[in-house]
Amino acid sequence: MHWLQQLVNGLALGSIYALIALGYTMVYGVLRFINFAHSDVLMLGAYSAFYLAPRMEAVFGPQSAVGTLFIIIAAAAICAVIGILIELLAYRPLRNRPKLTVLITAIGVSLFIEFTCQHGAVFGADTKAFPKLLPSRELHFAGIEMASNDLLVLVLTAVLLFAMWFIVQRTKIGMAIRAVSFNEKAAALMGVNVNRVISFTFGLGSALAAVAGIFYAMRAPGIEPLMGVQPGVRAFIAAVLGGIGNLPGAALGGLLLGVLETVAGGIPGVSIYRDGIAFAILILILIFRPAGLLGRAVIEKV
Amino acid sequence: MRKSTFLKGTFTLAAIAFTLGAFTACNKGGSSTEIIVGEFASLTGKEATFGGSSHEGTQLAIEQLNAAGGVLGKKFKLITEDNQTKAGESATVVNKLISKDGAVAILGEVASSRSLEAAPICQSNGVPMISPSSTNPKVTETGNFIFRVCFIDPFQGTVMANFATKTLKAKKVAVFTDVKSDYSKGLAKYFKEGFTKAGGQIVSELDFNGGDKDFKGQLTTIKGANPDAVFVPGYYTDAALICIQAKEIGLNVPLFGGDGWESDTLTKLGKEAVEGNYFSTHYAPDVATDLSKKFVADYQKRYNGKLPDAMAALGYDSAMLLADAMKRAGSTDGAKVRDALAATKDFPAVAGNITINEKRDAVKSAVILKVDGGKFKFVETVNP
Repeated sequence: MHWLQQLVNGLALGSIYALIALGYTMVYGVLRFINFAHSDVLMLGAYSAFYLAPRMEAVFGPQSAVGTLFIIIAAAAICAVIGILIELLAYRPLRNRPKLTVLITAIGVSLFIEFTCQHGAVFGADTKAFPKLLPSRELHFAGIEMASNDLLVLVLTAVLLFAMWFIVQRTKIGMAIRAVSFNEKAAALMGVNVNRVISFTFGLGSALAAVAGIFYAMRAPGIEPLMGVQPGVRAFIAAVLGGIGNLPGAALGGLLLGVLETVAGGIPGVSIYRDGIAFAILILILIFRPAGLLGRAVIEKV
Repeated sequence: MRKSTFLKGTFTLAAIAFTLGAFTACNKGGSSTEIIVGEFASLTGKEATFGGSSHEGTQLAIEQLNAAGGVLGKKFKLITEDNQTKAGESATVVNKLISKDGAVAILGEVASSRSLEAAPICQSNGVPMISPSSTNPKVTETGNFIFRVCFIDPFQGTVMANFATKTLKAKKVAVFTDVKSDYSKGLAKYFKEGFTKAGGQIVSELDFNGGDKDFKGQLTTIKGANPDAVFVPGYYTDAALICIQAKEIGLNVPLFGGDGWESDTLTKLGKEAVEGNYFSTHYAPDVATDLSKKFVADYQKRYNGKLPDAMAALGYDSAMLLADAMKRAGSTDGAKVRDALAATKDFPAVAGNITINEKRDAVKSAVILKVDGGKFKFVETVNP
């Protein structure tokens, strides 16, 4: 029963990692570089919700489901625009430069966002109390305790994962994304508007990051400008674990990492090394299975 | 040709170095009419309310001292540096305060880990340092120039152990420690010693890293051990999130901690999840002496009606004690001020009178507060 409870805790955490990991892996799929600013878009998503919540509360009343849905959609839209702008301003001018240049620029963008937001005139560096978006209840089910918010996060993540699969596999823009990730030049020759596809990918990834940021803030309702760093690193590891560039891999990696971390945290004596475990996994994967669990060669990347 | 260029370069560098050296020398000790006191605090970041309160207390003290004419015919100039609650930053800013600004004494910090960064620098420069509220014993063990105006964790740990046995009537307690913080590790250690000595049993010991956002893995194991209460010797941001997630997994026993909990951010983040929990600290505005009543009134006047917390009171006391020691020493010379500080006996202070013992720690009583209706309610005073 104890282990089942840990599994539930881990899945709830892991599903948030999975959502973030999707953004890393999609951008890698089309552009072959790690967008380090992704974790900061997650933070911006949480802050968007933080500032939207009082306005939505004025319209829909406190802790209403409709209001929360609006907050999530609006925050996702804001972050999608931010993601597209980041690509347009920082990465697009460097499209034909060596990948290392873009990678270092990504780190620069990440630091720029983090430290701008820490300035007193923007968000300030102190921890802010994230408002309660939904009434939370403790659910009891066959001896398992679960917060209603965690259950919601699990369900919504599953829905979003399915939506992602549908977009990538069953829609025209999804086909274009896959085409660009296979061969950018060939796709361009076939009439695919590569810039538009890349912008769309950034927008979609950033919207998911915003949703993940809100979920993360609902679990731990204290937000600060560096809140994205820790889950961002975890999600990056999850993406590598599952096979970078691979959508189902990112989801699997996220869930696995969440469960592993939670279980490790619950073992006395091992809980000290909880943070180290994620990095140990990264190193082992890079040594023994650089292509990740669902290796790139087997399943097509997007 | 090449050699002469090299020589020229060396001379230029040497000239620049000398000029800079001359400037620093001029700066050292300040002008003849001012006493430069350096303060380092976590004004931003995860423990911003600690640094903020402490700084407000110190600032109020300096303003009052200057209004009364300063000491030794000179006024104080307080230079405050923010370490952003970051590891490593305190060493940098304290080096700057001593070598560039020429501070003759250093005040700070709340967190023991950050005081421990600054202490060796003050010690090797022969600059007295007074920590307002770092409670880990190691801080003053750094050397004979390092002092504090608060009690230490062996005392606080014992106080909480007795509180758990007597008031909470707990027989089985779980301990949840922040492994990143010297304060948390020290307090956990002394609590465990005290609690087992009092006949209690530690049923579960788990760790987290300060700044973590997910504690459910650890809390589930703690719940499995069926404790009567959980001791969380961490800081307020983490403590609030731990209280919230404990409730979510159905761990419905009292959680209690040390002075690291005292911040209104605890109740802002934790809301109803922190209600009914306890912590120990240095001072409660309810326990009134004439001095503390005056301090509360002055503080509220200066900071728009805000009620001072323990960090503010100790920040105030640290500056007042420094001024008193300088007066007694008749000088701002590091070694003389140090000797005067070490000889402090029954100095009247807001958070209880200060007597500095041979380990350069203050011997004082502790108070226990309960979170009640979003406010901190006084429960009891414990004397050493």
